[in-house]
Amino acid sequence: MSKMHVKLTVNGKAVEALAEPRTLLIHFLREELGITGPHIGCESSHCGACTVDMGGRSVKACTMFVAQANGAEITTVEGLAAADGTLHPLQEAFREHHGLQCGYCTPGMITRAYRLLQENPSPTEAEVRFGLAGNLCRCTGYQNIVKAVLAAAPVMQAQKEAAE
Amino acid sequence: MNEMIPPAGDRAAALKGLGSSRKRVEDVRFTQGKGAYVDDIKLKDMVFGDFVRSPYAHARVVSVNKEAALAVPGVIAVLTAEDLAPLGLHWMPTLAGDRQMVLADGKVLYQGQEVAFVVAENRYACADAIELVEVDYEALPVVTDPFKALEPDAPVLREDLAGKTEGAHGPRRHHNHIFLWEQGDRAATEAVIDGADVVAEERIHYHRTHPCPLETCGCVASMDKITGKLTLWGTFQAPHAVRTVASLISGIAEHNIRVISPDIGGGFGNKVGVYPGYVCSIVASIVTGRPVKWVEDRMDNLMTTAFARDYWMDGRIAATKDGRITGLWCHVTADHGGFDACADPTKFPAGFFNICTGSYDIPVAYVGVDGVYTNKAPGGVAYRCSFRVTEAAYFIERMVDILAIKLGMDPVELRLKNFIRKDQFPYHSALGWEYDSGDYHTAMEQALAAVDYKGLRAEQAERLEAFKRGESRSLMGVGVAFFTEIVGAGPVKNCDILGLGMFDSCEIRIHPTGSAIARLGTISQGQGHATTFAQILASEIGIPADDITVEEGDTDTAPYGLGTYGSRSTPVAGAATAMAGRKIRAKAQMIAAYLLEVHDDDVEFDVDRFQIKGAPERFKTMKEIAFAAYNQAIPGLEPGLEAVSYYDPPNMTYPFGAYICVMDVDVDTGVCDVRRVYALDDCGTRINPMIIEGQVHGGLTEALAIAMGQEIAYDEDGNVTTGTLMDFFIPTAVETPHYETDHTVTPSPHHPIGAKGVGESPNVGGVPMFSNAVMDAFKPFGLTHAHMPHDHWRVWRIANGLGLHG
Repeated sequence: MSKMHVKLTVNGKAVEALAEPRTLLIHFLREELGITGPHIGCESSHCGACTVDMGGRSVKACTMFVAQANGAEITTVEGLAAADGTLHPLQEAFREHHGLQCGYCTPGMITRAYRLLQENPSPTEAEVRFGLAGNLCRCTGYQNIVKAVLAAAPVMQAQKEAAE
Repeated sequence: MNEMIPPAGDRAAALKGLGSSRKRVEDVRFTQGKGAYVDDIKLKDMVFGDFVRSPYAHARVVSVNKEAALAVPGVIAVLTAEDLAPLGLHWMPTLAGDRQMVLADGKVLYQGQEVAFVVAENRYACADAIELVEVDYEALPVVTDPFKALEPDAPVLREDLAGKTEGAHGPRRHHNHIFLWEQGDRAATEAVIDGADVVAEERIHYHRTHPCPLETCGCVASMDKITGKLTLWGTFQAPHAVRTVASLISGIAEHNIRVISPDIGGGFGNKVGVYPGYVCSIVASIVTGRPVKWVEDRMDNLMTTAFARDYWMDGRIAATKDGRITGLWCHVTADHGGFDACADPTKFPAGFFNICTGSYDIPVAYVGVDGVYTNKAPGGVAYRCSFRVTEAAYFIERMVDILAIKLGMDPVELRLKNFIRKDQFPYHSALGWEYDSGDYHTAMEQALAAVDYKGLRAEQAERLEAFKRGESRSLMGVGVAFFTEIVGAGPVKNCDILGLGMFDSCEIRIHPTGSAIARLGTISQGQGHATTFAQILASEIGIPADDITVEEGDTDTAPYGLGTYGSRSTPVAGAATAMAGRKIRAKAQMIAAYLLEVHDDDVEFDVDRFQIKGAPERFKTMKEIAFAAYNQAIPGLEPGLEAVSYYDPPNMTYPFGAYICVMDVDVDTGVCDVRRVYALDDCGTRINPMIIEGQVHGGLTEALAIAMGQEIAYDEDGNVTTGTLMDFFIPTAVETPHYETDHTVTPSPHHPIGAKGVGESPNVGGVPMFSNAVMDAFKPFGLTHAHMPHDHWRVWRIANGLGLHG
């Protein structure tokens, strides 16, 4: 099958490759780039394990082609920690509040929460639950995930204010 | 000098041992996307394998034409049963003593059954080729109802068993019959029931569902032709058992097989079984000389690997007029699908279903379970429960509620009246178990007080009056469940799987500088073993948990064990860990005595050191002892500080709990709004309260899913109608309620640290709690029972059937 030329930015790095037009973004990230944080859980957009951030939106990388990401800026869970290795407040909060167990949903969950808290910097519990409804978790029952996101919100706010 | 020694309490806290809500060591990797799951493995020259699956539930496979598929660029091989037959691998043994086709051998018995295995350079070529394998099927009559399957003229499903009147578990009385397993005293039970004041009778279906971990099953098989060694990475809840089974069925010597369970994205029983994908990947790697990866997609997972439940339970429960239970009778029609691949200990073809007398002192009982073949997928795994315990708990907790209705008693009052009393433990149940410890009355009373049970009933009565006056269209239900689990299989004398005894193990090496590594025969799938097993050890040997690495899942390095399922890690491997720790401590005591120049008996362990009795200022810390163990010649002692323990538990453990929820049921939409859930668990000694609570939240959510909508459903033609996450209910954060957790502590008397296991309790107790709440809401209108799952449509139908829609 003929290949197409794709150029995108992933976690701040420019990436260029030839890919079959039908290549799914998740396979491109995981198999071409070795970015294995985003996972595959359902291949039908239901579970959100593959969630990445694309151009300021949460997208499910299992149901979009890499061709659709051409020219885009993509952030995965691997791109959330600071350059010096300092963990993102969400990464800290998930550990602190036991917001994960098997860890399989975690990259997608954190990446979704990262966008949610930019869309709504001080959400209520109900808003967090609604905002994460596209990401399934089989282990935690969400309670501690919600707790972690609510705890990370003011930290992210403070960091944003400090940066401004 | 005494003042220099920090108090024992401070030193104990620094260890982060038993009882500490220590943060998980696993999370540093997982939160950064650095987990290493099987699909993350990428080996040089690795190829992909995947299946051609049957669209029919029952059909003859007339022919398979590979030609067009093999012509697809990048396709390397297409394997069928014919290719596997010379190796004797077209069939494989199941965990239940049956055998199962690896690839369709002449016929298929369920939709999604594996027919051919395509191997290609990449996933895409593989998917293309799968479409091009031409299979000619001849459809056969389908039977998906286990009762119809036992009718005289039912289609013959297992032609390979023709004429076999004896199966792995005794006589077969029909061509689709697998076994009849009986426990208890049938005649005595029936006599009690015949003469009873009150008998409640009901057919209770625990529907077919699926564990559906977020990560599906998969493996990478790599046969190194030069060394003759096979390495198999996979989603295995029991890596050592997989190694032994792989050796037995492939003929490869066991020392030439290395099985590695990497990080596992949830198991819940799904990853206990041995699936055709593993066998085909191994064969394909041998044939192609390249590593082969196979990973299920979600539909494959839901349709083929490891269903759970599917028990039709006919029950009768007898009582005196004043509510004293006198007998329990149960017959189960168990739908096992096309092959009997249930994951149960060999002597227990219905698992531990005979725990179905529950938490009650029932003098006489009988259970009979008939296993039946149907045109459905094989499996029958313990989905977040010990073997068939959730079915048993659901059965008894529904029967008790139904009996309460018949007696006109409050369901809690009936429970309190019949609980096994604290002074009756160890308690011998009518169906043969010895319950180790319990204090049910205390737990129940604590739960009732926490939720203000009387207040809830008063509120319910008020709301019912409002409904009757036409002021509301919603009914309030209070769901109560009190469960007793049986976990931690198990004593080797009773429990084995395929002949492999169900002990477990821990091996500890203390390093010279006083840190350590512990390896176990279990494997975490999210339970946090790397965190909690280090805590057990920290308390046993006085080395901080942070200085102990826990490693599992590599059969080349870990001691042999039977793996993680049935809540057995803490009861069995946790015990092995404590026992191995005690061996370390015993040697450390001798070293300390030598260093302190006193007799062994003159020193005593104190948190993180040995001190001279009566002279605590004279001590040697475990760190000092470790260094001396390696670097000082001690007369009569070998150098080094290591220990291993293989622990065969004397009994199972019996965690229990009291669960109560409150639900508002909208009779017009069928929507059930769960507004309160309270869960009290008694899992004995608590190792890490944070992790226990997390497990309870998760298990309750799985229970909510099962009770309220999650189902593997089939139509009459045997098509799976819930094969994607669109149809198969998994609650999101929106549907999931907030949980209140609580506990009592009744240690297990036979476990070295008194721990009982907890991960599965919330599923076992949660399902009857949620289901009982729905029934309770409709109770005033005459409902005694309705089958799960209680999805909106079915609940609406209950309301409609009761005439509540006017």
